[in-house]
Amino acid sequence: MEGKDKHTIHNHSYTAYIIVWLALLTFTAITVAVAGINFGNSTIAIALIIASIKTYLVLTIFMHLKLENKTFKIFVIIAIFFLVISFILLFSDYSNI
Amino acid sequence: MSSEGNVAVHVHRDDEASKLGMWLFLFTELTLFGGLFLMYSVYRYTHQADFHLAAQNMNTFIGALNTAILLTSSLTMALSITALQRGSKKLSLSFQAITIFFGLIFLVNKYFEWSHEFHIGNFPGSESLLNKSQGEILFFGLYYVMTGLHGLHVIIGMAVIAVMMKFTINNVITRTNYVKLEAAGLYWHLVDVIWIFLFPLFYLIS
Repeated sequence: MEGKDKHTIHNHSYTAYIIVWLALLTFTAITVAVAGINFGNSTIAIALIIASIKTYLVLTIFMHLKLENKTFKIFVIIAIFFLVISFILLFSDYSNI
Repeated sequence: MSSEGNVAVHVHRDDEASKLGMWLFLFTELTLFGGLFLMYSVYRYTHQADFHLAAQNMNTFIGALNTAILLTSSLTMALSITALQRGSKKLSLSFQAITIFFGLIFLVNKYFEWSHEFHIGNFPGSESLLNKSQGEILFFGLYYVMTGLHGLHVIIGMAVIAVMMKFTINNVITRTNYVKLEAAGLYWHLVDVIWIFLFPLFYLIS
């Protein structure tokens, strides 16, 4: 453990947050614009991909995951992994593809 | 406990552990909402046409506006921590107050949305809703449960930030000890992330 670093400031700058915020708003605009176009079955996929990119930005920058030590990152990855597993198992039951 | 007067008071504090504790709590929130998202995905899969029909009732503009409001509130929450770290307590307090304000605006919009649905008879158990197809009933059931639970989280988040403001004023949260504010921020951002998924799933499928 890097005890020395414990109380040093670790955070992003105001500018970094504002850039991420602008990116998030842009992605929201894109997802609304894209929803108007019919891509058939991939419409939902596109919406979910954009939502995932937005989530990634919030997790890494707003929630400081990028600056945290490895433990945090591994924990979050495992949590998301198990959520994804639940979806995969569920749809292995429901979809007949 | 130390009897030696010249020894500086050692404050036992582990910010990393506090934050990890908050993250563990957020994972339980993930399973709470994750279960609902699982339910949504199955019903949407089995009632695709009905879901598209029901979603036409949703006001995309208010949905998008609320997304922007919540994203902006997440920005001000993050900025409040940076401001405090840079020593400007006043600025941090203002950002925290703005975050609560945005949360309130979000809820006001939600109130108007729900009132509109209630006005046209689309509330759980109403006669006109029960006369609709199975899929539409499921859509509105999920809509009320998921946005309702999310709204409850917004209210709790606002209350938590209000307490953080009090802490900041009383110097419980300071420039060097701000882990409580960070934990509150994590909660607020999680609420934002949930909305990031709720928005396209309920508003953008028609």
